[in-house]
Amino acid sequence: MNNILNILEKLGASARSSLSGLGSCARLFLLTMIYSSDSFKRFNLTIKEIYFTGVLSLVIIIVSAFFVGMVLGLQGYYTLEKYGSSEAIGVLVALALVRELGPVVTALLFAGRAGTAITAEIGLMKTTEQLSAMEMMAVSPIARIVAPRFWAGMISMPILATIFSMVGILGGYFIAVLIIGVDDGAFWSQMQANVDFHNDIVDGAIKSIVFGFACTLIALYQGLVAPPTAEGVSRATTKTVVISSLSVLGLDFVLTSFMFV
Amino acid sequence: MERVKLDIWVGIFVALGIIAMFYMATRVGNLTSNDVKKTYEVKAYFENIGGLKPRAAVKASGVVVGRIGSINFDPEAFHAVVKINIDERYAFPKDTFANIYTAGLLGEQYLALEAGGDDVNLKAGDLIVHTQDAVVLEKLISQFLYNSAGDDDDKDKD
Repeated sequence: MNNILNILEKLGASARSSLSGLGSCARLFLLTMIYSSDSFKRFNLTIKEIYFTGVLSLVIIIVSAFFVGMVLGLQGYYTLEKYGSSEAIGVLVALALVRELGPVVTALLFAGRAGTAITAEIGLMKTTEQLSAMEMMAVSPIARIVAPRFWAGMISMPILATIFSMVGILGGYFIAVLIIGVDDGAFWSQMQANVDFHNDIVDGAIKSIVFGFACTLIALYQGLVAPPTAEGVSRATTKTVVISSLSVLGLDFVLTSFMFV
Repeated sequence: MERVKLDIWVGIFVALGIIAMFYMATRVGNLTSNDVKKTYEVKAYFENIGGLKPRAAVKASGVVVGRIGSINFDPEAFHAVVKINIDERYAFPKDTFANIYTAGLLGEQYLALEAGGDDVNLKAGDLIVHTQDAVVLEKLISQFLYNSAGDDDDKDKD
């Protein structure tokens, strides 16, 4: 009897703590919105963060996009070849990248590359009491630290996802047309006939904005609530990656079921 | 100096994003090929449109000359009303045939226009009278089965 009560108690506690986590995440978002006018007035702070989250992520994004595109081209070709429609490889690569892989893989890489950096940085600032020092000087840490990083993530993520899709398609083109020898014209014309700008490309961009929002907010929140110890910061960094990845995959399913019925 | 360099890098990044979006819109997607040209609209009635969809291709001799505008069901006459947008550069005679065909064995369905011999051309809002419905595979198969069953009966009589 006591055992069951214990289990129930643990269940209740975990549900309550995750709910309150969601609540304080929402509060953090509201606070960020209130203070974000400052981050646009002093846009150079945001630009610096775009440099760290966006520009420095370009290498990993471009390289992985090229390889993802090449693998899609190769695997797609083997299957489509059996049905004698290897020209459809362009459609396959483009739709897979624009709708799903572009936003999702970019978000996963973004969480690993930029999200962890944000969490670790803010966690360490908190540990070394830089945030408290700012408050002492009547500088809001939300306005000075959080809001620029939030907007940098929101701006960088769609750009990175679009670049990912473009480079991935070029990777597919490289394998399918230049290496295997699928007809060049058919590759592009089938792609253009079947990829719709409003339904596919814009929806993919909307997805990437939502993922950017989720990843950045989770990273900021985990950094701010991290216990001010070395272990706490490392735990928070791990949590950022795990929670961001899971929520990106979950959100992707929800968005897909809304968009591409 | 440091800040200027940073700005340049971020500028390059954002420009790359815009180029990528433009590239996707024009090269990968169909934003440019989609009705930038002027079109005129004609109507056609079909008993069965099969898998024809709005924005499907309208072809003449295999060349894309337009797009399907909208497909609606007429609840009084019980047939499908298909609005067809044809490129203004192409004029078709009034007795043009509109047939729904399938690209390849399992491909998408499209509308094929076969020009007739009339002197008067189709104008905007006109009706294409001669239409041929989409082939429904099940109907074809059941017809075939029915026919072959009939053949067996004949043999039994002999």
